[in-house]
Amino acid sequence: MPDVNLPNLLRQHAGGQRSVSVEGATIGEILEALQGEYPGMAGQLVTADGELHKFVNVYLNDDDVRYMDKLDTEVHAGDTISILPAVAGGDE
Amino acid sequence: MPVLRSVLDLIGNTPLVEVSALSPKPAVRILAKLEGQNPGGSVKDRIALSMIEDAERRGLLTPGATLIEASSGNTGIGMAIVCRMRGYRLKTVLPRNVSIERRQLLEVWHAEIIDSPANEGSNGAVRVAQELASAHPEWTFLYQYGNPANPRAHYEGTGPEIWRDCPEITHFVAGLGTSGTLLGVGRFLKEANPQVQVWAVEPPAGETVEGLRNLDAGYIPPIFLEGGGEGLLDRKTVVGPRDSIEWTRRLADLGVFAGISSGAALAGAIKCANAIEQGTIVFMCSDGGWKYLSTGAWTGGLDEVVERARRTVYF
Repeated sequence: MPDVNLPNLLRQHAGGQRSVSVEGATIGEILEALQGEYPGMAGQLVTADGELHKFVNVYLNDDDVRYMDKLDTEVHAGDTISILPAVAGGDE
Repeated sequence: MPVLRSVLDLIGNTPLVEVSALSPKPAVRILAKLEGQNPGGSVKDRIALSMIEDAERRGLLTPGATLIEASSGNTGIGMAIVCRMRGYRLKTVLPRNVSIERRQLLEVWHAEIIDSPANEGSNGAVRVAQELASAHPEWTFLYQYGNPANPRAHYEGTGPEIWRDCPEITHFVAGLGTSGTLLGVGRFLKEANPQVQVWAVEPPAGETVEGLRNLDAGYIPPIFLEGGGEGLLDRKTVVGPRDSIEWTRRLADLGVFAGISSGAALAGAIKCANAIEQGTIVFMCSDGGWKYLSTGAWTGGLDEVVERARRTVYF
């Protein structure tokens, strides 16, 4: 099961854990599983239309899945997934 | 070389320099675009001039006008030069944890510095500038994150320069930040050759994210949304401070004295090189190393320097 790193904002819904393990072969399956297991996250990751929430960035290892296969991006054993809110970057 | 009317004529036309000695593959060339050659020392001189001249053309700036801007430093420095020369006053909102040199440079050109909370990063600088701008309608907020003259400076300047100097480019790699560079250069290059791939590099959000109270306080630069950023980028990758500093040091081994975000962009270029068989990668060296000397980035033990970088805004 891949590890999913949670931002501060979502930890409260997972009993304060910084990182959790959930089953799933794709990013979409993993986010669904997270929302199922931790109801406080429902609707915060994936919208009702099945799209990634606008202000949520999901990284597979170091890559933003929006520029891979989005929710269909495949996940393999040993991968690390990080969920982060979108924030302003600096001046480059 | 003809005599220039002012240092503003030195903005742009920066050189591409071969750093392929760092490439992991002999068939992959890597070229650095040295934006530290600009008179204010960074790529941001381009948009500072572009945004101010655009505002002048639109009649938004009267003589002696006061401008306010959110910046992690470089845009503020570029704007401070132009404002000083044109007789405008500049207030720049800066996260408290930027390097001391960024502050010192702003003071050279008499910009007023307004601190924003360190733990909110650039998000906080944008927030404070927006609040101040709405409380002071008499100030002009050019808002680099939402001003089309930002990507336009790169669509009309940086992009054509790269294409002129290196039409064999296959990949372009740059830091994300406001997204202006990637949008402008990326769009120009893809129009010139749709095969060109555009890669974005960003630092880990770190502390900034901890300062966020809820997801709806998230932020995407308006120019990124309006400019179709999501459709334009081919890849977005996070580079941490350790890799950024290591690659900044490798650049120095080749004589290239660049800032820490340049090391991050180079780390992205190396990742790109590892993923392709052949090609020519151009990456942005957004500024020179001068403003980061106080971080000890080139001399201290790596662990210690990385720890300091984590606490400093270097993008």
